[in-house]
Amino acid sequence: MSIKKVTSHPTQNEGLIFERSQTGRIGYRLPKLDVEETNIDEILPAELRRNDGLEGVPEVSEVDVVRHFTRMSTWNYSIDLGMYPLGSCTMKYNSRLNEKVARIAGFAGLHPLAPEEESQGALELIYKLQEDLAEITGLPGVSLQPAAGAQGEMTGVMLIRAFLDARDGEASKDRRVMLIPESAHGTNPASAALAGFTVKAIRATADGLTDMDHLRALCDEGGVAGVMFTNPNTVGIFEKDIKTICETIHAAGGLVYMDGANMNALVGIARPGDMGVDVIHLNLHKTFSTPHGGGGPGCGPCLCSAELAAFLPTPRIVSEHLAEGGVRYRLDYDAPDSIGRVKAFYGNFGMMVRALSYIYTHGKDGLKEATETAVLNARYVSKKLEETYDKPYASDCMHEAIFSHKNQSKRGIVTLDIAKRLIDYGFHPPTVYFPLVVEGAMLIEPTESVGRADLDAFIQAMIDIDREATENPDLVHDAPHSTRIGRLDEASAARKPVLRWRPDTEASATGA
Amino acid sequence: MRYIPNSPEEREEMLAEVGLSHAKELFNSIPANLQLNRELKITEPLSEIEVIAAMEAMAAKNSAATKPSFLGAGVYAHYSPTIVDHLLQRSEFFTSYTPYQPEISQGTLQYIFEFQTLVCQLTGMEVANASMYDGSTAMAEAYLMAQRVTRRDKIVVATSVHPEYREVAKTYTQHGAADIVEVAFNEKTGRLDDLSALDDKTAALVVQSPNFFGCIEDLQALADAAHAVGALLVVVVTEAISFGLLKSPGECGADIVVGEGQSWGIPMSFGGPHVGIFATQEKYVRNMPGRLCGIAYDKNGNRGFVLTLSTREQHIRREKATSNICTNQGLIALAATIYMEAMGKKGLQEVAEQNAQKAAYAKKAIADINGFSVPFSSPTFNEFVVSGPKPATEILEAVCEKGVVGGLALSKYYGGHDNDFLVCVTETNTRPQIDSLIDSLKTA
Repeated sequence: MSIKKVTSHPTQNEGLIFERSQTGRIGYRLPKLDVEETNIDEILPAELRRNDGLEGVPEVSEVDVVRHFTRMSTWNYSIDLGMYPLGSCTMKYNSRLNEKVARIAGFAGLHPLAPEEESQGALELIYKLQEDLAEITGLPGVSLQPAAGAQGEMTGVMLIRAFLDARDGEASKDRRVMLIPESAHGTNPASAALAGFTVKAIRATADGLTDMDHLRALCDEGGVAGVMFTNPNTVGIFEKDIKTICETIHAAGGLVYMDGANMNALVGIARPGDMGVDVIHLNLHKTFSTPHGGGGPGCGPCLCSAELAAFLPTPRIVSEHLAEGGVRYRLDYDAPDSIGRVKAFYGNFGMMVRALSYIYTHGKDGLKEATETAVLNARYVSKKLEETYDKPYASDCMHEAIFSHKNQSKRGIVTLDIAKRLIDYGFHPPTVYFPLVVEGAMLIEPTESVGRADLDAFIQAMIDIDREATENPDLVHDAPHSTRIGRLDEASAARKPVLRWRPDTEASATGA
Repeated sequence: MRYIPNSPEEREEMLAEVGLSHAKELFNSIPANLQLNRELKITEPLSEIEVIAAMEAMAAKNSAATKPSFLGAGVYAHYSPTIVDHLLQRSEFFTSYTPYQPEISQGTLQYIFEFQTLVCQLTGMEVANASMYDGSTAMAEAYLMAQRVTRRDKIVVATSVHPEYREVAKTYTQHGAADIVEVAFNEKTGRLDDLSALDDKTAALVVQSPNFFGCIEDLQALADAAHAVGALLVVVVTEAISFGLLKSPGECGADIVVGEGQSWGIPMSFGGPHVGIFATQEKYVRNMPGRLCGIAYDKNGNRGFVLTLSTREQHIRREKATSNICTNQGLIALAATIYMEAMGKKGLQEVAEQNAQKAAYAKKAIADINGFSVPFSSPTFNEFVVSGPKPATEILEAVCEKGVVGGLALSKYYGGHDNDFLVCVTETNTRPQIDSLIDSLKTA
């Protein structure tokens, strides 16, 4: 008997569910209808009902569905498999305890419009998380409503806009420039645009820090509404002049927004509120370990100074001490200066449960230990690879280490090749080609969830790939070699996009 | 800390390797006066037993979660097959991120492709994205997209669209050129029929169907009216189960369909995380917000999937992007996909029919109660408005005391409807529950 090649193994070759469908297969059962049936025409006239028989929707058994998704799942890399050092994404361990508590029926089964008196536990949880996040950031105003980081950013810059409009009245229209470092996440300028700001880019110095002269020059040009910056910044370096940055912006009449994507480097060590920051967003799916889930859901709390708090979205969750003792939590809609609501209901509540569980599990010491470990791990990688890979900035890194492909590109191997070859070594590649200010950037964020042995293996893989770049460049060029599918032709995919299955969609060419 | 894999010795060794003697020195680049230099005022670490106890104690105060409930209004109690929650907890799904490296993310990419396809099939549209945060933000994005497509500013939206959705869209568009005109529904039918606000400046007519009051709009007529002035018809759907029974918005002429996918097997979870759906016609695809997944081939001709058309997105286009969205609701889109596939063609039809039947039973029985009536004449799916003999808040309080969450008083969002409340009946409401609601209304 000959052994078939791996690609024809059924678990590697699972088609689309639509290709598995067989007329008459059933994957569910509902209870029998327990009320007298009304003639459907009396409920809904025929012209309002669909008559396409849900064409194309698959018919499969429960077993088909379980195998389908289980097989597909094995084609994914994940944190539970190993180091996932995506810079700026903070791919830390997602605890099962957090999953368990989010599924408690009293949370998962609660309707958001249930009477307040009957939802006190959920409001209490939100309130407690608000208090802890305010303590961690040093900023007292909190809204947990934003659904993800980008929405937290939008909320933050809209607070700035509202504050300026209230402070300056008509004259606010001459203050519409948002300063954003050229190394920023793309969401920053995109969010600023939603708040009606135009963007001017701040240059960085050769050390990877904000160019203070350029910042001052931009302020002198006038019209500055504020700055959006990330700290540690997107090359993983702490902006040591942060206090001066804030003072400069404040002196120019603007406000300071901090992108909290990199908060994992600061929790328990330093607080944005103490640095002069006016408003920040956090990513609960980064710093507070709620699962990234293949691309979400996130939760992007927005925190701000007392001055800006009047503009936060509604409703707010507030507490009242009762005369008879005890505390009652309440949704407060009375906020005439609010920017308005940014999401229906109160945000991604399920993520808040997980984040509070993370905070409880760590406690104050654990949170600090996590920060220290995250920074130590990155520093360790930075140190161990600095002789092999070009380190564009001399400064010590915080929670992520940045390299470029400069040393390898001379040999025809670029960042993309290194990333793909890392897959063969069993690692998820780092963030690549971001930030844009470093050519061929590789941004490595190990997080605290990696032990020394795994870090050493990763470091060794990077060193081995560098050696391969000399000895066997084709091996690196054509990587990955260990996956069920090779590098995909993304350019053709974008030219003639096929974004959904149809009956005439070409089936997988591998065949079973 | 049990989530950190290094021993104290390993940690000391690593510190020494980077030339430091104490963890504090890791933060030397942070000016001393900016360091906290005190402990956070946060709890001591708790054990698993203690965390669970603390969480259970809070959850127990959410007494509404365990009562029979007839609340809908954008979030619905539906049955979710056991395998939905089981499969999404596969490590490979829930501990991965955005599929930036397609070779090791094919599991995620393939289900996104299936999600996009299923959303297209159910909405009757040609293309759908990989998800938005929720229905409300999807609607806000539809406003912005309609403005891009038509190069017009005016948005005409029915007040029978979910009030919180309208608030969100207002927030999103407050600093743009949008001119939002809200038009009232017909108080007799509960439908939108006054279209006099439509004109040649209108980018979109925005309606929800079934609307906030459960009434099914005449989408075909609305599409014709919008198209007659060169505007797009944006259809909002908050109850995704209705797709199994109602004529699809696409078939009725919708140009953009947005909505909430929570009904596809997602827990209510006090309002989130849920999943926004966004679908449109192929000709508008380059104006869409959010991620899109498409077919691609490797050099051996193997079919795979990649994120595509990303030049619309913020990481490339920055302030000129079609949206600022980055992280979306991937895992919830997975749950919705598993749900739709497990239910399949027949299940999606049957569950929709059961909702319509049970709601019809309840609607008729409540309308027969002395002093109660159903004020809107339009056909409904699984939600309907009831008019009571006194303020709805009082009625619902009395019902609640009998252990039933009877619905939502419209006065929360609408003036002049003090005696009205919204009742939702799904396949999870048993006949005894419905009958107990009816009984408690009789004595409320």
